[in-house]
Amino acid sequence: MAFDYDKYLRPGKLPHIWCPGCGHGIVLKGLLRAIDACQLEKNRTAIVSGIGCASRLPGYVDFNTLHTAHGRAAAFATGIKMAQPHMNVLVVGGDGDGVAIGGNHFIHACRRNIDMTYVICNNFIYGMTGGQFSPCTPTGDKASTTPYGNPDPTFDIGKLAIGAGATFVARTTAFHATQIDKLIAEGIRHKGMAVIEVLDDCPTTYGRRNKFRSVVDMMKRFKELAVPVAKAATMSKEELDGKFVTGILHREERPEYCEQYAQLVKRAQNL
Amino acid sequence: MSTPRIEVIEQYCKGCSICVEFCPTNVLEMDGFLVKVVRPEACISCMQCELRCPDFAIKVHKD
Amino acid sequence: MAKKVALLQGNEACAYGALYAGCSFFGGYPITPSTEVAEVLARELPKTGGKFIQMEDEIGAMASVLGAALTGVKALTASSGPGISLKQELIGYACIAEIPCVIVNVMRGGPSTGMPTGPSQSDIMQARWGTHGDHAAIAVAPASCQEIFSETVRAFNLAETYRMPVQILLDEINGHMRERIELPEPGDLEVVDRQAPPVSPDQYLPYDPSFGDVPPLAAFGSEYRFHVTGLNKAADGFPTTKAKLVDAEERRQIRKVEANRDQIEKNEEYMVDDAEILIVAIGTISRSARHAVNELRKQGQKVGLFRPITLWPFPERRIAELAGQVKVIIVPEMNLGQMILEVERVIKGACALHGIGRVDGEPISPSQIMDKVKEVY
Repeated sequence: MAFDYDKYLRPGKLPHIWCPGCGHGIVLKGLLRAIDACQLEKNRTAIVSGIGCASRLPGYVDFNTLHTAHGRAAAFATGIKMAQPHMNVLVVGGDGDGVAIGGNHFIHACRRNIDMTYVICNNFIYGMTGGQFSPCTPTGDKASTTPYGNPDPTFDIGKLAIGAGATFVARTTAFHATQIDKLIAEGIRHKGMAVIEVLDDCPTTYGRRNKFRSVVDMMKRFKELAVPVAKAATMSKEELDGKFVTGILHREERPEYCEQYAQLVKRAQNL
Repeated sequence: MSTPRIEVIEQYCKGCSICVEFCPTNVLEMDGFLVKVVRPEACISCMQCELRCPDFAIKVHKD
Repeated sequence: MAKKVALLQGNEACAYGALYAGCSFFGGYPITPSTEVAEVLARELPKTGGKFIQMEDEIGAMASVLGAALTGVKALTASSGPGISLKQELIGYACIAEIPCVIVNVMRGGPSTGMPTGPSQSDIMQARWGTHGDHAAIAVAPASCQEIFSETVRAFNLAETYRMPVQILLDEINGHMRERIELPEPGDLEVVDRQAPPVSPDQYLPYDPSFGDVPPLAAFGSEYRFHVTGLNKAADGFPTTKAKLVDAEERRQIRKVEANRDQIEKNEEYMVDDAEILIVAIGTISRSARHAVNELRKQGQKVGLFRPITLWPFPERRIAELAGQVKVIIVPEMNLGQMILEVERVIKGACALHGIGRVDGEPISPSQIMDKVKEVY
């Protein structure tokens, strides 16, 4: 049976603004299937984003939605979650938004282990502004501001999140559509900061400049280069070079921030 | 098993052709910048087209 | 019954005023000379079930305040020069998205890191025009610790009434100065609380102009679900580039302050009835000015003080009136000429105008003001 996306979509908002073949729509659908699987109540759910193509996602969905300023989504979301710990807080955004201009908010949300689910659509580029390189653009690749190839090293968002203290970190790709909703659902169910990186395709500003003939080529590359965590464990560093490890990269139990704060409130009130 | 009904919402389709490429039984074809259901009888309800469509433009109704 | 009294620093009075107003969320970042506001609330908010969070940076602090405020709570942040500069991005967001919140700026020397422990009034124009784009602004500038308490309460009331960010301008002197204050009992001061929209969720539009210039703000987490964006938006909260809608929204957001100046403005006038010389001063420097007025009156000089307590919107009508009465206006301020520009704009040459500026980290003294009066009149 076809999944009923309509019950979560705001009427009259489609077609969305994303380009033909952009994977953000695939992520959006995965997110809605995950929300459905977790039976999140609309009134008690906030979806927060920053600026960029992926950050337009909240406008399409019928929740408490907050399209903030560039990079600030995690910090706005922290305010919502702190003020109303009973709410489900999800953050959606791109790679530049999340780990360049929003990098500080991102790592500190991870450090606090505040209970939110951060879906980061990593399409290796600033799409909204026309294809400038991001901290996730592979070294050597072309972008409008790296006409001679990108000289910058690349952020590994998964490692960054783990290093900063996120207690659930996963990665998948826009090709692995069913894995998107499974990992997001796991992230939502996880108590603490969950980061789900979805390697995403931007055919318009990244694919075109980097010799992908079509969006389908980009999808196929995700399929070819993805290595599930279990398989990656059997491979050497050299064998994994240029590949993406997918699945749950990290999961641990650690006290959640709002729960810790509730304990602090109890201590303060027993003075 | 009855043949599923494939619904294309034309005003949502942006013509990316992902559904066409990932359909294992060649049910779909591009007609310019719009997907067309050309061999509905070959559909095996694998749902790949619906799952992968970034634009909410294609639905597979099995009943 | 005798009032409870306390010896409080201005920054502490501000924190207690916030609690009186019903503030239950503080998001901040440490910065001199504002930090005591955060320190008091870190201690007191948990006792009342409120939330205190020290964020990773100033922008994050402002963001957390706006996130919390959208869920229906009263939220505060406090900072100073460099921190307020960083917050400008999201003060603009609060303006366009119309999110009530209060921002304390304990002014210090600048620009940049400036003089962290020195007083200043050099953020007067920043409080009006700091964030980019056209926007209305409300800022209050209390002078005493007692007034810092009550103006903090009023700042929250203004934020809720006009659904916008309100700034409280203190400076290093009155932020750190200790004075005896009477602590108001509940009910002594008016407290404005946010009301749920008077329409059902399916009819609610977050920027519906049919409610007037200040549409009611629902809370995230209630049964009202809505969209908030920093883009220009239509009444339904969704982005638009339609010229008519953008224009109508922008004008409404400015009008909600301009059309309500009488409710927002608050001034103190001291010995102005027969004044020939008028001193216009705010905050700490208004205290020097009051002292100077008293001394000069003893010497037979007809001097008065006009003190904007609401700095923005600027009390232009009253100052223009007074300019028709007096011969000279003197504007002492701890900067090199900011408020004087507003005075100059509104008096349109109706009387002489002189400024006293000081940026060396010392306050303008009464004798400095008296000397100026004698020099020009």
